Amino acid sequence: MSKVAVDIPPKGGFSFDLCRRNEMLTKKGAQSPSFLKTGTTIVGLIFQDGVILGADTRATEGPIVADKNCEKIHYMAPNIYCCGAGTAADTEAVTDMVSSQLQLHRYHTGRESRVVTALTMLKSHLFNYQGHVQAALVLGGVDVTGPHLHTIYPHGSTDTLPFATMGSGSLAAMAIFESKYHEGLSRDEGIKLVAEAICSGIFNDLGSGSNVDICVITKGHKDYLRNHMLPNPRTYVSSQGYTFPKKTEVLLTKITPLREMVEVTEGGDVMEE
Amino acid sequence: MSIFEYNGSALVAMVGKNCFAIASDRRLGVQLQTIATDFQKIYKIHDKLFIGLSGLGTDAQTLYQRLVFRHKLYQLREERDMKPETFASLVSAILYEKRFGPYFCQPVIAGLGAEDKPFICTMDSIGAKELAKDFVVAGTASESLYGACESMFKPDMEPEELFETISQALLSSVDRDCLSGWGGHVYVVTPTEVTERILKGRMD
Repeated sequence: MSKVAVDIPPKGGFSFDLCRRNEMLTKKGAQSPSFLKTGTTIVGLIFQDGVILGADTRATEGPIVADKNCEKIHYMAPNIYCCGAGTAADTEAVTDMVSSQLQLHRYHTGRESRVVTALTMLKSHLFNYQGHVQAALVLGGVDVTGPHLHTIYPHGSTDTLPFATMGSGSLAAMAIFESKYHEGLSRDEGIKLVAEAICSGIFNDLGSGSNVDICVITKGHKDYLRNHMLPNPRTYVSSQGYTFPKKTEVLLTKITPLREMVEVTEGGDVMEE
Repeated sequence: MSIFEYNGSALVAMVGKNCFAIASDRRLGVQLQTIATDFQKIYKIHDKLFIGLSGLGTDAQTLYQRLVFRHKLYQLREERDMKPETFASLVSAILYEKRFGPYFCQPVIAGLGAEDKPFICTMDSIGAKELAKDFVVAGTASESLYGACESMFKPDMEPEELFETISQALLSSVDRDCLSGWGGHVYVVTPTEVTERILKGRMD
């Protein structure tokens, strides 16, 4: 029998169907597009009772700011979070994939996920793709063996550190950490130091900007402080905004009323005897 | 020349009060030569969910066919329409599958979700989702659209005002882009009705 005519939804993995066509187009002078990057400052540090992760919230596409308030601290497990830098689609996809693998692993074992498990899954995926999956990550969490902080590079190598920075603003942030980090920071000191490091990235690195996101993970508890600081609010909004008297020239208008959704109660009314 | 500039396009979606609007230009070109001035770039998935596809026209149409196929399979299996959030994840997954040989397409998704809450979203060509509360743009005129929308947008607009705002933003932006224009196509969707309008624009 010949090949089935319909392409059924695939089970997973990448598809390389369009690679040859796209290569041909590139040879003919059509440039491939640029992707959405996070162009980022992401940091993490270990304090006296856990881990603090931090990130800025700017996404860029070339020199354009594509998103002024995106989320870069990704959920991995209830006790593990991961900051992502690099190509936005890759950081998103790789963290989503590993977080669902971890969830299945937890269903299977009935235990809390360990940070090293997440680390191994991430690095083996990235190593398999030899750096073509462009994700640079800061992984942090607290498990049964204590607090852990790791950095993962796009090629799959990893570091285990008491404080770490990644992304285009990593140097600006590391300058703050190198001068002010010490062991046994309290929670408030830790949050303040992370926020300062991210702000250093926001103000000194053009690829990073907008707000500060922070995630504090301690034994059995986490606080996701979305937009912990808003150092760059909009100041140029006019109070009334623009108004337009009806003047757009319309050639054709078509109005389609939508049908009301009918509520059907389950089981219906019981018929009277 | 980037491959996104081969056909030319401008897409924008905006959120209003319990409603949304999605608009596009109408030009299909081959570089600087115009082929058609009534080209459809916004597609209906169901009554309250629309997708605009900018970028390479051929990929846009192929991608649309695959999305309709997957949505119909979902409807058959689940006996309901997809939520906009679900649909955005589907589009993202389909695009990311081709991470190393992408569709040259940048989608804009707009829909009314549960309790008629508006949802808008855009992606790059490999499915990195960008969720926004106010407006999203895509296409060759995206740079000028960012500027226009950033100053013209106001939160919680009623459908009529939303239409004027999105139309003015679109028309003023495409006038500064050679590759898009030739009129506009605007959908304004409220919980009770869909209003589709064709705009008159400069024909040069």
